[in-house]
Amino acid sequence: MNAVRVFFLGGAVSYRALFNWMQPVVYVPTMLAGPLFQILLFAYVGRASGVESDAFFVVGNAVQVAAMAGVFGVAMTIGGERWTQTLSLVLVSPANRLALFLGRALPLIVNGFILSWFGFAVGWAFLDFDPAARSLPALALCVATTAASCTAFGLVIGSFGLYAREIFVAANLAYMGLLIFCGVNVPLDALPQWMEAVSRGLPLTHGIEAARSIVGGAAISDVGGLLARELAVGAAYAAAAYVLLRAFEALGRRKASFETY
Amino acid sequence: MLRTLRVIRLGWLLQLKTMLRSGFDVMTAVFTPILYASIAFFLYRRGGQEETLLWVSLGAAFMGLWSATLWGAGNTIQRQRSQQTLEHAIASPTPFLVTLIGTSVASSTLGIYSLAATLAWGRLMFGVPIDLAHPFLFALAVPAAVVSLGLLGIVMASTLILYRYAWALANTLEYPIWLAAGLLAPIALLPDWVRPLSWALAPTWGVRAVRESVIGGDPLFAIGMCLGLAVVYLVVATFFVENFERLARKQATLSLT
Repeated sequence: MNAVRVFFLGGAVSYRALFNWMQPVVYVPTMLAGPLFQILLFAYVGRASGVESDAFFVVGNAVQVAAMAGVFGVAMTIGGERWTQTLSLVLVSPANRLALFLGRALPLIVNGFILSWFGFAVGWAFLDFDPAARSLPALALCVATTAASCTAFGLVIGSFGLYAREIFVAANLAYMGLLIFCGVNVPLDALPQWMEAVSRGLPLTHGIEAARSIVGGAAISDVGGLLARELAVGAAYAAAAYVLLRAFEALGRRKASFETY
Repeated sequence: MLRTLRVIRLGWLLQLKTMLRSGFDVMTAVFTPILYASIAFFLYRRGGQEETLLWVSLGAAFMGLWSATLWGAGNTIQRQRSQQTLEHAIASPTPFLVTLIGTSVASSTLGIYSLAATLAWGRLMFGVPIDLAHPFLFALAVPAAVVSLGLLGIVMASTLILYRYAWALANTLEYPIWLAAGLLAPIALLPDWVRPLSWALAPTWGVRAVRESVIGGDPLFAIGMCLGLAVVYLVVATFFVENFERLARKQATLSLT
C-alpha cells in the first residue's frame, strides 16, 4: 500500500515540480515545438531523398516521441534529484525503489503519450498522413506498449545516475542510439546488417514496426507478435534495471557519490 | 580597442575551456553531427542519390554548428545565473555585449569541429569525396559563417538577461532552423512563406557559402550575406542587450536563478 502511495503521490509531486522551474506558458510550446519540427524535418528529408512516404516518418517520429519521454523521464528523475541535492534524502528513505522512480516517470510517459497524438495530428494537418479511424485504438496500444518498454530501458540508463554525475549525457546518447538504430527514420533494411541485428535487442524497433503495419491497414492480431517482442525486450530491460538500481545504490553509498554534481 | 579585443579573446578562451569540460557540450558537438549525417546518408543513399552525399554532409555539419551555438547561447547566461556571477559580469565596467561576443563565438568555434568530424565521418564510413572547389573561398566562408552564427547566438542570449525561461524556448529552435535553413532538405521543397524567414538566418547563408566553396559555384554572395547579417545581428544585439540589461536592473531579476 505504501509503495502504491509512493508511486502515485511521489509521481504527482515530482511532475508538479517540473512546473516550478518552468512556467506552463513556456513549458507547453517547448513540449509541442520539438515533436512538431522533428516530424516536419524528417518528412521533408524523406521527400528530398525520395525514400518512403510521409506516413513512414510521421509514425516513426510520433511513436519515438512518446517512447523518449520514458527514457528521459527516468533520467531526469534521478539526475534532477542529484542536481537539487535531494538524492541522498530520497535514498535514505525506506520507500520501494521501483515505485519511487517509476511513479515519477509515469506522468512523463502520459505526457509523451499525449505528445505522440499531437505528432499524429501534425502529420494529418501538414503532411500526407491520413490513417483510418478504426486503426486508432490499435495505434494507441502500440504507442503505450512502446512507451512502457522504453521506460524500462530508461530505468537502465537512469540507474547509472545513482553513481555517475553526467546522466543527461548518457540519456542523450541513448536517445541518439535509438533514433538511428530503431528504424525511426531509416528503414531497417537500409541499415548495415550489424545495426539491424542490434536494433532487434532495443526497445522501440518492434513497436514502430507494429504501428506502421497498423497504419498500413493491418489488424491488431497481425501485429501481436511484434508487440509481444516489444514487451519481452522491455521486460528484460526492467529486470536488468532492478539489478542495476540496487547495485549502483550500494556503490553510491560506499563511494559517497550521491551529493556530487 | 585593444582592451575590448582582449576581453573578447579571454571570454572566447574561457568559454571554450568551460565547454570542453562539460560532458554535455562535448557530446552535443561530437555526436550530433555524426548522428544526423548518418541518418541523412542512409536515406539519400537508399534514395539512389549518391551524388548529393557531399551536399548532405555539409548540411549535417552545420546542424552541429547551429546546435553548439544554440546550446552555448542558452547555457552561458543560464550558467552565470546559477553560479551567481551574472550580476558581477553586468556590473563590471566592460560592456556586457563585449563579454557575450567572446562567449558566443566560442560556442560556434566548437561547432567547427562538427564540420571537420562530419566530413571525416562521411569520407571514412560512406566514401563521400572531399575535393574543395575553391579552397581559398572555403577558408573565408567558414569564419564568416562562424561569426554570423555566433552573433545570432548573442541576439538569442540577450533575451536571457531579462527572461529566465527564454533558454527553454531557445532550445526549441534547433529543428526549426535546421529545416528552414535547408540543411538536410532543399529550401525549395518548403512552403513559399518560409523562404523570407530562411533568408534572415545566418545558417542558410553559411551553409550555402560553404557548399558553394566546396562543391562549386560562386560563394562570394553568400559570404557577403553572412557578413551583412552579422552586422545586422550586432546592431540588434546591441539594442537588446542595452534595453534588457536596463529592464533587468530595474526589476532586480539578475540574481534570480
